[in-house]
Amino acid sequence: MKRIVLMALACICSSAALAQGLDDEAAREARWTQLKQAIFPDRAMRDGADVLALEAPARALDAALVPLAITTTSVEPIKTVHLIIDNNPGPLAGRFHFGEAADPSTLKVRMRVNTYTSIHAVAENSAGELFVVEKFVKAAGGCSAPAGNHDPDALAEIGRMKLKLPSGIAFGKPVQAQLMIRHPNFNGMQMNQITRHYTPAHFIKTIDITYEDKNVLRVESDIALSTDPVITFGFVPQAPGHLKVVVHDSKDNRFEQSFEVPQPSVLSMQ
Amino acid sequence: MRERLITRRQALLGGVCLCCMPSLLRSAQERNSPLRTQEIAPGIHIRRGAHEIATADNHDAIANLGFIVGRQAVAVFDPGGSLFDGERLRRRIREITSLPIRYVVMSHVHPDHILGAAAFLPDEPTFVGHARLPDALAQRGDYYRERVAEVLGEEAVGSIVQPTMLVESRARIDLGERILELFAHPIAHTNNDLTAFDPQTRTLFASDLLFVERVPSLDGSLKGWLEQLPVLISSGAERAVPGHGPASVEPEKAVVKLRTYLERLLNETRRAIAEGVDIEDAPDKVALDERDKWTLFDEYHGHNVVQAFKELEWE
Repeated sequence: MKRIVLMALACICSSAALAQGLDDEAAREARWTQLKQAIFPDRAMRDGADVLALEAPARALDAALVPLAITTTSVEPIKTVHLIIDNNPGPLAGRFHFGEAADPSTLKVRMRVNTYTSIHAVAENSAGELFVVEKFVKAAGGCSAPAGNHDPDALAEIGRMKLKLPSGIAFGKPVQAQLMIRHPNFNGMQMNQITRHYTPAHFIKTIDITYEDKNVLRVESDIALSTDPVITFGFVPQAPGHLKVVVHDSKDNRFEQSFEVPQPSVLSMQ
Repeated sequence: MRERLITRRQALLGGVCLCCMPSLLRSAQERNSPLRTQEIAPGIHIRRGAHEIATADNHDAIANLGFIVGRQAVAVFDPGGSLFDGERLRRRIREITSLPIRYVVMSHVHPDHILGAAAFLPDEPTFVGHARLPDALAQRGDYYRERVAEVLGEEAVGSIVQPTMLVESRARIDLGERILELFAHPIAHTNNDLTAFDPQTRTLFASDLLFVERVPSLDGSLKGWLEQLPVLISSGAERAVPGHGPASVEPEKAVVKLRTYLERLLNETRRAIAEGVDIEDAPDKVALDERDKWTLFDEYHGHNVVQAFKELEWE
């Protein structure tokens, strides 16, 4: 049995969304123009459809954990991907710098999204050229509200990392790895109604990943990484060795862990 | 409760949206009328919530809520999903008894259960909550309030009320020749679930530790919730009031269906993680056999899978 109220909501929503959409198109454009100038002052930026793609859910299931995937197919090597979540309190959500041992073709991250917003991924190649793609995501509350219920756990295990590697690594070929980091990534935006104080911000500022001392990926992040961030990235190991991860957070904590990349046949390590 | 049900076919008759206009008129009338409740056991009155998401039309009256009448006082178990919902519950209580409303139990942080607490401020009751409720309200109260106000309108939503009595593990409240036992649970549906048991009628107020018909929503710990299911049964209750579903159910039967869903969610999410499925793809793969067994499945299940995934990927 269907209930009439669900349909009523559908009516209200669609007309409201419609009305908002007309206003917002221009507002979104203006917001991006402003952000672009602030982040990349006076630099030319081209449509990046041929260079990179951004995958994002049209509607987020969980605004505190919005999965984004950036794939690049550039002839000229991509040096950096800049991720801008336009309507977040800190719009520049992350900078991902690829090193000599990186495979920049696929990057996946989980971000907090505070409200309906455009998300821009800007790829910068080694010649310093900028290419942009855009997605619109419907999500609400990822920053200012629901810190997860697992916060005590996350704090207890802060800095713990896991690395997942595919089976059958072929040396000299790109490998996709998934790095998981236990960190609450408190963004300082939740107010305690009793004390009227905000939960102090405590978030990851940088993640440096190297393979046998060669740079793979440097992440400069902000409050927009989800709690317990998970990053999927590519690297090219030339021989068995160690992938080293160093994390610095806003309280000057340093977490370091090293993962063995052995001869093939090991699935994952902790 | 007077149920306003209509089939999709009826609603679409004539090819126009018939739903919006009359609802506004009905809304205004309803606001001032008491809720319909059902006396499921002597002195226990329950309003069954609609299996809907919050809308301006339903005042967020989507959760089961009710009250227990003792010899000297009344306890409310969940004050409602909005100020309007709470006010209507209060009117209903006044139709039935003039005893003072001494306790308002808030089962957990979710707005569909406790946003109506402000309606009871004039009664100056003791607001009872889990020891972790204040924290949860501090983190999310304003956010929930704003979201519900966006849908219902500012005037329909009361202020956030903090509990004045906190339960760490167990507590008892006395309504006059009627004791209500309170249990603060470890992390399960949320990290601040409080249930109540009336030994006189062996009635368990399970709130959202028990979902019937409406798909469960996971906001705490999947493994924790599964651990609490035997606890619900071992209370020895003859009947339970679920947070969503019929006003009164047989506890064991209801738990079996819920457990099946949660176990599927657990096992299939674990399998997806082991198979290297990404978190964004897991909702399309996990526990889909449960789809036909629950209402609002499409609205909540995907979110449940994401919650389960981020809990289990650290195993």
